[in-house]
Amino acid sequence: MKARVHVMLKDGVLDPQGEAVRHALGAMGFDGVEGVRQGKVIELELADGTTEDRIGEMCERLLANTVIESYRIEIV
Amino acid sequence: MKAAVIVFPGSNCDRDLAVALRAAGIETEMVWHKDTSLPEGTDLVGVPGGFSYGDYLRCGAIAATSPVIRAVHDHAQRGGYVIGICNGFQILTETGMLPGALLRNAGLKYICRTVPLRVATAESVYTTGYAAGDTINIPIAHHDGNYIADPDTLSRLADEDRIAFTYADNPNGSVHDIAGVLSENRRVLGMMPHPERAADAAHGGTDGRRLFAHLADALESA
Repeated sequence: MKARVHVMLKDGVLDPQGEAVRHALGAMGFDGVEGVRQGKVIELELADGTTEDRIGEMCERLLANTVIESYRIEIV
Repeated sequence: MKAAVIVFPGSNCDRDLAVALRAAGIETEMVWHKDTSLPEGTDLVGVPGGFSYGDYLRCGAIAATSPVIRAVHDHAQRGGYVIGICNGFQILTETGMLPGALLRNAGLKYICRTVPLRVATAESVYTTGYAAGDTINIPIAHHDGNYIADPDTLSRLADEDRIAFTYADNPNGSVHDIAGVLSENRRVLGMMPHPERAADAAHGGTDGRRLFAHLADALESA
């Protein structure tokens, strides 16, 4: 089985990289881009039967820093 | 009085830190991150700067899972002293031994220069050689030094006088200009600036030397 973990900076945490991308898009002439948030996607190849709880534990303990980041687990 | 400096793959300030500690008269041993225990009689653990594990995933995140970290954690729980500098500070926040986190610098640039720091409290073995309000010049060299913590944590840090250093001229966007924080028992210090790079006249400045000198005195009498 495969799971995809989406890690994003929490709302309210300034994302300077996202801001830089937003500025660059504006400078390229893409009007109307009001916000950009940049995160990461981590794909896990897992033994069949790995529970979502177990993946949640991986996120809590390593894949995300929950002080600043939130995560979403997608089983694919 | 003994110190142990942890060496991770990608550490690059481990030797500088050991030189500064030894110059202050502290017997210092290097400890590989795969070790599961600290040398007998370790009083102080130094978690050095660098790019442990190439900053993969997040700065300090992989190092925080190293075998030796369990021993460092136990050492701190027993009331032992720990100083984490730059990447060491990032590692200590990743382990949860210090609150908050370090984000990419607000200006997105890696910054490597000497900056003025304010000593925010003299109430720790690390800062007792200074007076609160002193300005000292210490180099910074980081890409991810933008300190952040939730509002409750920030007010607790301020109320408990646990902000050790602030930037006189904030270079990286850190909330409340925070450059270094102390643990609840004031024995664990994390700071982004590099006092070990201002510990010898040949460095171009010696404002960091007092930190190590007074740390040595404090540990000697403890």
